[in-house]
Amino acid sequence: MRARGFLSGGWLSVYAFLYIVFLYLPVIFLPIFSINTAPTPKFPLTGFTLQWYADLPHTPALLDAAWNSLKVGVCASVLATVLGILAARSITRYRYPGRRAINGLIMAPLVLPEVIVAISMLLVMLQLGLSLSLFTVVLGHVLVCIPYSMTVLTSGFEGFDRSLEEASADLGESAFGTFRRVTLPMVAPAIISSLLVCFTISLDEFIIAFFLTGTEATLPIYIWGQLRFASKLPGVLALGTLLLVASFLLMTIAEILRRRAARRTRNEGGLYA
Amino acid sequence: MTAAVEGSPPLRMTRARRNALLQSEPVQGFALISPTFLYALILLVLPILVVIAHSFWTQHYLTIDRTFTLENYRVALTEPIYRDLLWRSLYISLTVSLFTVILAYPIAYFISFHGGRHKSLWLFLITIPFWTSYLLRVMSWKVILGYNGVLNSGLMGLGIIDEPSTALLYNSSAVIITLTHAWAAFAILPIFVSLEKVDRTLVEAATDLGDGPLRSFLRVTLPLSAPGVISAALIVMIPTVGDYVTPKLVGGKDGVMIANAIQAQFGKAANWPLGAALSVTTMLIVTLMAGATVLIIRALQRLAR
Repeated sequence: MRARGFLSGGWLSVYAFLYIVFLYLPVIFLPIFSINTAPTPKFPLTGFTLQWYADLPHTPALLDAAWNSLKVGVCASVLATVLGILAARSITRYRYPGRRAINGLIMAPLVLPEVIVAISMLLVMLQLGLSLSLFTVVLGHVLVCIPYSMTVLTSGFEGFDRSLEEASADLGESAFGTFRRVTLPMVAPAIISSLLVCFTISLDEFIIAFFLTGTEATLPIYIWGQLRFASKLPGVLALGTLLLVASFLLMTIAEILRRRAARRTRNEGGLYA
Repeated sequence: MTAAVEGSPPLRMTRARRNALLQSEPVQGFALISPTFLYALILLVLPILVVIAHSFWTQHYLTIDRTFTLENYRVALTEPIYRDLLWRSLYISLTVSLFTVILAYPIAYFISFHGGRHKSLWLFLITIPFWTSYLLRVMSWKVILGYNGVLNSGLMGLGIIDEPSTALLYNSSAVIITLTHAWAAFAILPIFVSLEKVDRTLVEAATDLGDGPLRSFLRVTLPLSAPGVISAALIVMIPTVGDYVTPKLVGGKDGVMIANAIQAQFGKAANWPLGAALSVTTMLIVTLMAGATVLIIRALQRLAR
């Protein structure tokens, strides 16, 4: 029993607690200093203020960037989810040669250095004579969102009971009718979850937007531009806090929906598998 | 006319066969995935081929000379500045993946073996910071490590140091710390998944046969979770080698990495072929390093058994 201590839950749970602190601490400083009166982020705190937040809506460049991010996020998440549905359905429902290779290719953007993905797309777009705009950003974001969409959707589609669809077909529903009335309601939570995940990724994505946008900035690009000016830092911290809260809420809802979808098809895994 | 054609027996048979083929599993499955597959081909494979092609060309001001040359690779591999940046990027990504894996393993183990009913809650807690903007997380490290930052002002407030230390920010250690934090969750997930697959009866058997907990961990659990350790190492190593934001924000002059040089070739320096050659070289070297890592971990795994 002596050696047990080393691997027992006790020591490990202390470590787990410290690890969680390490993960959250840096992120927590953004909200803390965003409500501090001093313009530089240092201790001791000087006083409470909401001035930095109140200033945000009076910055036209910021509002433009927010609007651009919203447009890009909606387009990218819808497109990525549609492409994700097709691929996830194909991967979970059918067996065919080359299936694993194609899946690997679709998932590849997840593990490639983003800079290299971004500059290769940039080269092709310039060669094709596409002018850089929010549209090219959407194209890039769809590519990096598809792997995440696939992960969420595969966990929703896997373990899906095929006999339900067969029963529907036997009872005379058309292929489309079966999809709309049997398949879709079962997988709807996974689809919404995928939309939210993709939107969050697009909202926070910097590198690809940085390389592929023309003159229009998204929120991360706006933040990047502001970082050069030390005096703008409190505003950036306030904006950053709002983005953190938005991402946090979106991902929590997505996770709840994904779990509901997985429970419906009696399957665990998803983002973690 | 059409009726006569449709009526002819051989043609009806081919049509039936064609229909059977169209309804066969492989064809339907492939048809369903083809839009996504095509998207990845056009926006990932084609661009990478274009980059590879560019790496063998030369740029004269605004025109690209398409005669084959290896000059860009000579520059990328022998010019001291690029060679140093490549080495530093590899060193940083290797260190970061080592740290993240070592720090992540106990957490993954804890969740898998002691998580009980709250496994998915733990995983959710650990992953949630990583869905926040990467840019913001790097920025918060700048706030912590800066000259007037949280750490300096905190240490001065406690009387541990008299004046702000400049050693915290703008060097490769700052890059390593930031990246280790940024990629922590990505290392936990694959290790957790492989630990979940470890057959608990094997661990019990080892204990029954007289192995202590530490010995059975080293001889059973650890080797069996090697696939997770491998994917964790790769999933951190390959993307971090090309990180752009972290070196730019917290790296300073001593923390510049290869991605910053690549970006410069496509921006200010405007030498696309050289930028392309640097990208291809980076990818090739990181692939080799990844391959070596896989081999080393597998060898260690065999040794442990």
